[in-house]
Amino acid sequence: MVIEQDKMRSLADTMAQAEVKGRSPWADARKRFVRNKAAMAGLVILVLVTLFAAFGDYAAAWSNEELDYNVMGQVRELGAPSIATGHYFGTDDLGRDLYARTVQGTRISLMVGIVGAAIAVIVGTLYGATAGYVGGRTDQIMMRLVDILMSIPYMFVLILLLVVFGRSIGMLFLGIGLISWLDMSRIVRGQTLTLKNREFIEAAQATGVSSWRIIMRHIVPNLLGVVAVYATLLVPLMILTESFISFLGLGVQEPLTSWGALISEGAATMNYGTLWQLAFPLFFFCITLFGFFFVGDGLRDALDPKDR
Amino acid sequence: MSRPLLDVRDLRVSFPVRRAGAMPWTPPQDLHAVGGVDFTLKPGETLGIVGESGSGKSTLARALIGLVPATGRAEWVDGADLVDLSPRQMMKYRADIQMVFQDPLASLNPRMNVGQIIAEPLTTHRPGLSRSEVKARVKEMMERVGLLPNQINRYPHEFSGGQCQRIGIARALIVAPKLIICDEPVSALDVSIQAQVINLLIRLQKDLGLALIFIAHDLSVVKHISDRVLVMYLGKVMEIAPKDALFNASQHPYTQALLSAVPIPDPAREADKAVVPLTGDLPSPMNPPSGCVFRTRCPRAQALCAEAVPPLEGTDRRTACHFPGPLTEAEIAAARTEPA
Repeated sequence: MVIEQDKMRSLADTMAQAEVKGRSPWADARKRFVRNKAAMAGLVILVLVTLFAAFGDYAAAWSNEELDYNVMGQVRELGAPSIATGHYFGTDDLGRDLYARTVQGTRISLMVGIVGAAIAVIVGTLYGATAGYVGGRTDQIMMRLVDILMSIPYMFVLILLLVVFGRSIGMLFLGIGLISWLDMSRIVRGQTLTLKNREFIEAAQATGVSSWRIIMRHIVPNLLGVVAVYATLLVPLMILTESFISFLGLGVQEPLTSWGALISEGAATMNYGTLWQLAFPLFFFCITLFGFFFVGDGLRDALDPKDR
Repeated sequence: MSRPLLDVRDLRVSFPVRRAGAMPWTPPQDLHAVGGVDFTLKPGETLGIVGESGSGKSTLARALIGLVPATGRAEWVDGADLVDLSPRQMMKYRADIQMVFQDPLASLNPRMNVGQIIAEPLTTHRPGLSRSEVKARVKEMMERVGLLPNQINRYPHEFSGGQCQRIGIARALIVAPKLIICDEPVSALDVSIQAQVINLLIRLQKDLGLALIFIAHDLSVVKHISDRVLVMYLGKVMEIAPKDALFNASQHPYTQALLSAVPIPDPAREADKAVVPLTGDLPSPMNPPSGCVFRTRCPRAQALCAEAVPPLEGTDRRTACHFPGPLTEAEIAAARTEPA
């Protein structure tokens, strides 16, 4: 067999020079996550729910503001879910299309969950990492502040905030954001303390890398695994909190709605035989929570293979 | 006479330690990790530092590089006192003094790839460099320490221990330092890899004219690499001497005991080697013995040793002992029969 030596040599040269792609810890984790069936199922559910929230409007025959005067007063007989009337999920007590309302509620609930978790991740991570890395008296003061904030019964404060400043989405975000980062900052601080004395941090200090850069480049990337897991578990917690507040009637205001508000309305009319008013919002609520919990579990397994 | 690169005088490091269960208002006790160390280091020279665990070797290294607060003087070649500099002033010298750490994998950030790790000192000290120039220098340095430059995008967990230590060395060398402090750089590696890494260090030192402070507890490694050797015990210098003088005719009883404990890879000679047994443990650095710190375990200790601290005497070879000199057969025998 004839081998073209020149060609082989040039091939060998290019192979020696081409940069080998590294297998980062993130890529490893992604591979483990993809292999986890429950987590992938959860992810698919979440994607579908998100698509439903984003594009569900286009499939709706009715807008969420229109009242269907035909069904008004006869919701039990005429407002049941049906393709023919265009009310896929039926109508609510006032004759509004429940499908459109559910899309609207899903949007708000997901937004509350994600914004709340995002605030927790950003504020909590930076606060906890700073306290843990700086240490000493700064750490003491920062963490005692967290202790004090934690000792306040937050549901009570949240309800007071909503009553005093009026019920609005902004106030709800503010209230949930204020409390959500506390746990996160504690977890992050604990992790930072274990990282702080590792040799690679010492190496960076010895070279003279600034504290801020050490936190951002060395500490935070090594924390992100824990943070990501906690954040995915925090989203459903935020959704639950919002739903509870809305269930009490203090959350989002009409004409806006959320899962909590829809479930509350549905539960109130349960006895009149209009069970679909409860079932549809509750279904979306439940599968989303399941989705987040499965994804969170999968992330934990993927990011922390030693912990299994 | 040329100035030494580094002139350390009476360097001390102590940590305040609270005893368990102590009341908040009781003052913490001081743990003297390093209690007055003197030595000089010439440019391009290798100083080996040996001693038992807990003798303050690593703390000394960390004090020189400003990771732990210290007192005393550590004069750099341009006259600056490294101990006394503010963090901002110290920045200038951090590029000149780099460190190689003990655990090769733990000293590399697992979330950064090799290129980022090696480039970090460079981007810290020469922020003006363009991205492509940094990459070119990193690749050059990888080649220099025996790594394939095309592995620049790999992550630490994809390398072996020896390769990780080479990455650590490349990171230290990239800013062209004058002094590298190696804190037990090979004790976590296999023996065959140890030899590779040490020979790499020796070669780089010759090529670049580096000074090395080489901390180890493996005496044969120190013997291989060092020009001079400093022996530490409980935070104090026992003896500093040129390598040959120390290994062939040490004056301090502690050094002799250390040397006699080195196993000889020859069963016949190993069997009739005269081992000087050291009884007991290292005394607590919270409450060191009066006088000579080694007196509690010294086969030659006398009343004077408990009263006065022996000064570090001599010019070329310096010994901190009231009664220096090789141990006699009788002393070794007496130390052996002494009940432990």
